[in-house]
Amino acid sequence: MADQRTPVATHADQTVLGADEIILNMGPQHPSTHGVLRVKLRLDGEKVIGSECIIGYLHRGVEKIAEHRTYQQFAPYVDRMDYVAAVSNGLGYCEAVEKLLGAEAPPRARVIRTILTELQRIASHLFWLGTHALDIGALTPLFYCLREREEILKIFEKYCGARLTTHAFRIGGLQYEAYDTLEKDVERFCKPFDKRVDEYEALLTGNRIWVGRTKGIGILTAKEAIDYGASGPVLRGSGVKWDIRKAMPYAAYDQYKFEIPTGKNGDTFDRYIVRLEEMRQSRLICLQAIENIPAGPIMGKVGKVLKPPPGEVYHSIEAPKGELGYYIVSDATTQPYRVRIRPPSFINLEAFDKMIRGHLVADVVAIIGTLDIVLGEVDR
Amino acid sequence: MANDPEEKQPSASSPKEPSAATPPAAGGEGAPKPPAPAAPAAKPPAPVAAKPPAAAPPRPPAPPKEGPVALDNELVKRYKEKFGPAILEAWSDRKQAILVVARELLAEIALHSRDEEKFDWLSDLTAVDWPKREKRFDIVLNMYSFEKNERLRLKAHAGADERVPSVQGVWSTANWMEREAYDMFGIVFEGHPDLKRILLPEEWQGYPLRKDYDILTQDTAWVRENLGIESGQ
Repeated sequence: MADQRTPVATHADQTVLGADEIILNMGPQHPSTHGVLRVKLRLDGEKVIGSECIIGYLHRGVEKIAEHRTYQQFAPYVDRMDYVAAVSNGLGYCEAVEKLLGAEAPPRARVIRTILTELQRIASHLFWLGTHALDIGALTPLFYCLREREEILKIFEKYCGARLTTHAFRIGGLQYEAYDTLEKDVERFCKPFDKRVDEYEALLTGNRIWVGRTKGIGILTAKEAIDYGASGPVLRGSGVKWDIRKAMPYAAYDQYKFEIPTGKNGDTFDRYIVRLEEMRQSRLICLQAIENIPAGPIMGKVGKVLKPPPGEVYHSIEAPKGELGYYIVSDATTQPYRVRIRPPSFINLEAFDKMIRGHLVADVVAIIGTLDIVLGEVDR
Repeated sequence: MANDPEEKQPSASSPKEPSAATPPAAGGEGAPKPPAPAAPAAKPPAPVAAKPPAAAPPRPPAPPKEGPVALDNELVKRYKEKFGPAILEAWSDRKQAILVVARELLAEIALHSRDEEKFDWLSDLTAVDWPKREKRFDIVLNMYSFEKNERLRLKAHAGADERVPSVQGVWSTANWMEREAYDMFGIVFEGHPDLKRILLPEEWQGYPLRKDYDILTQDTAWVRENLGIESGQ
């Protein structure tokens, strides 16, 4: 593995190019980089022999802002990181602060959190599937996926008034009680949803073009995935059966039965299968959760002024994209002393160079897609 | 998940001081964290029993429930056996194990953690700035073990001009994390193959996550020159 750790050295100014080699810039304004990602590719003909990701175009200094806001004031900011899965971001932050306080959300709040977070996972995966397929050249799945995603966003809108940057949870529990028909809406969405996933599969899984574009592309072995710190579907696609919802349960996940899907080859196709299966599992979790939402308060006793005792905590959740960790240091004031966010997209993107080498330019979009990055989270 | 009966600590304090809602202007820098003193590096490993009181006293006895307490379990013993005085402190905070180690041996201890203790996954590497301390930076590594389903946090202190051994050779993922720590704090990692800024532009001056970098500070010259904004803000 020593050779992989040598510097990438793809800068035009650092390297002497061979006669057939060129440097190609992809992005930051490229439709398939899902935001403002710039990839510098070193090409030998059409083959990629080196790459470098240039990021930071969307850097807003979220961690610095956190040090100048109170704990509650910072909560809406985390929604702007992974803006296609804002509910998950909020859950991670609220739970991290609760852990720091030594408080806990009441059971009812935890179950409602679980339902919304799982719906968010489905929505995030749907958006990923639609855009990933679009990048590779399949136009139809996008319309199907966004149709279903819309249903989920409507549920969010009914619950908290917002569709994307929801700020759905509060430190200590929830602000809003579940609306009257929440269970019914979730059921109406979830009941037929497995048939919908079958539809996507009918469009893609056996499709020769899809298989040709994804099988064997961007292989990451289990050992490499661990070495590169990959998490979420990227890690599971490589065959590592690890999911924080099972390994270190949070919210109400310990109450529900679900499987952790894994892949075998660690290629783009396997990660696709893993994410499809995760959508089915999330659907099952939602269906189990609406069966029995415990009665009771939705807000724990945390007080209005939060002054966590001095110390620090690292709390992570299984966000749709991988391990989303919050490392918060408190100095017993109302503002965090330090908030470090461990963004799954940022760290998964690090494996990009490893995955792309030896593939063709056309595979760059497939690999960016399969990593499921959101630049708001990469750059923070 | 902590689910202890005595966790009303924060809510109990809140009614007393509602006026405290306005945060101190210093941005939370006022109160230096008591349990993290720049411990004398020469602390011998043997007097383990004498250590817990040494770590505890600076804290007022009022909030005893949460917060760091000295840790001395099998894992810590194994580390101390292997590295002796290089393991400076060991505590547990919110039931999470933390080892403070000597900066010089950080990479070796990381390698040992990965191979022998099976903390094979580096989930996060970051830094914290304590400008009032003699050694202002904490380098923080959060590791995870798939086998044991456990987390362990390694910490090393570094002064402003001190170099930190890179753990990029232990986990490839540390590459970008160290670059980010360099970008935001100006910490130099010795042995990193490609240490340069990652989120900010290469030519940017200053290290934004240092505590003396005010939130309104910008590299106005860079902004003026590259973005054409006259005010630089």
